[in-house]
Amino acid sequence: MKSGSQLEKILTAGHFAFTGELGPPRGANVEAIKKKAAPLKDMVDSVNITDNQTAVVRMSSWAASLFAIAEGLEPNFQMVCRDRNRLAMQGDILGAYAHGIRNMLCLSGDHQQFGDHPQSKGVFDIDSMQLITMVKDMRDEGKFLNGQEIDDPPKMFIGAAANPFAEPFDWRVYRLAKKVQAGADFIQTQCVFNMERMREWVKQANDMGLTEKVYILAGVTPMKSLGMARYMKSKVPGMDVPDYIIDRLKGVDKKEQANEGIKIACEQIEEFKEMKGVAGVHLMAIEWEHKVPEIAERAGVLPRPKV
Amino acid sequence: MIVAERKSFAEIKEMIEGYKKVLVVGCGTCVAVCLAGGEKEVGVLAAELKLSNKGSSDPAGFGEATVQRQCDMEFLDELKDIVGEYDALLSMACGAGIQFLAERYPEIPVFPAVNTTFIGVNKDVGWYEERCKACGSCVLGMTGGICPVTMCAKSLFNGPCGGTNHKSCEINKDQPCAWYMIYERLAKQGRLENILKISPPNDWRNTKPQTLIQPGYEERKAAAE
Repeated sequence: MKSGSQLEKILTAGHFAFTGELGPPRGANVEAIKKKAAPLKDMVDSVNITDNQTAVVRMSSWAASLFAIAEGLEPNFQMVCRDRNRLAMQGDILGAYAHGIRNMLCLSGDHQQFGDHPQSKGVFDIDSMQLITMVKDMRDEGKFLNGQEIDDPPKMFIGAAANPFAEPFDWRVYRLAKKVQAGADFIQTQCVFNMERMREWVKQANDMGLTEKVYILAGVTPMKSLGMARYMKSKVPGMDVPDYIIDRLKGVDKKEQANEGIKIACEQIEEFKEMKGVAGVHLMAIEWEHKVPEIAERAGVLPRPKV
Repeated sequence: MIVAERKSFAEIKEMIEGYKKVLVVGCGTCVAVCLAGGEKEVGVLAAELKLSNKGSSDPAGFGEATVQRQCDMEFLDELKDIVGEYDALLSMACGAGIQFLAERYPEIPVFPAVNTTFIGVNKDVGWYEERCKACGSCVLGMTGGICPVTMCAKSLFNGPCGGTNHKSCEINKDQPCAWYMIYERLAKQGRLENILKISPPNDWRNTKPQTLIQPGYEERKAAAE
């Protein structure tokens, strides 16, 4: 075991992993975290705790991760390169590990221009690829980025993101290969809507032998409404929402759209369970945490295995 | 070249409020090429200042002078016989030139009439684009001559990120994705293996004041100190 996290145990035991997401509050509201955490308990193996997602200030990811632990969840501590330099990042990793955090997701981060402080200075001292290697070397070599020894190194299960849908398509699998080479243990993909493209990308990863070295968790986001689907198609960079998703939501009564969205998500999860090279699903039910038990039930991923 | 843009007239006017004799000092190099602070722009600004003084019971006086380079003491010396007539200097040079002018004449207040924006290229007359952040560790050989530090909004060394939006950057559809361009150029040159390797963290040398002595000039510097 590299970290001994629940997520690592689930994946190494060969179970189909199921992870969720929790966005920290825009304030010090602990009750809000508890409210979002409650429906996730026993439904997912690990919960991504986002780090100032969409460049909007929220409670820090490591602090909200500690509340998640207190609520009986296993956090997947997200860290972006936008807000901290290499000193702050390593310091937070040490603190997070010391408090019992065992999974980390290493990200570049959305550009600050999108957020609530667009005038801020984006740090980007290191990039996500370099962050992965830094966390790996902290764990496996027991060394800081500068090569100096760490007194009790942090042992994280290292995650990274991949977007199979952004251009240049041909390069995406090579970038995945770079993340594997950098030291990623698992990958969580961008929200998948275009299944053809996803199948092609996973096949490329299989053919290159990458899926033997890294666990790929397919990102699934249930559409809550036709409006959300249209918004994601036209407004969110790097998102690929095919017309047939829009058409399916259009084809049902407005009150039925949320149900249809969950149905599409469950069909995707069924396919991922059988897809060679996919080791699990990362469910991003955006501001829809209370629906996770229903989705997990309908997707047939319950009960979660005990390992 | 170094690209600058003139500050608003209102801001300039407010800065020099109360000074009775102001010398507008242009620079004949970068800021002249980018139409921000050369001899012509000095003339325009001085005319505007004089015009705004019209009708005042106690009008201020404005002089004009443009030196070839404000970042060079040799040229700043040319002003030594006239600066004594003024109680403020309004520099239209880049930030480096403004500081050197203030260093040369430390007894006289110096004000900036331009904002220095970036190191860039001349796309067309009046149209400039940034190309270099002077990071101090050039990787252009690896990236096909396209700077990831400058042209990628996140200064990624191992792009492209997942925000690549139909060949554009996530921040703006009019901003091409630097890493998409890097990929395309290297693919055409058959050099994609360049970016298969992981680029290590950068050595950011532009985070503290720097001095450069070219080889062979060490003794000259020592003698000057």
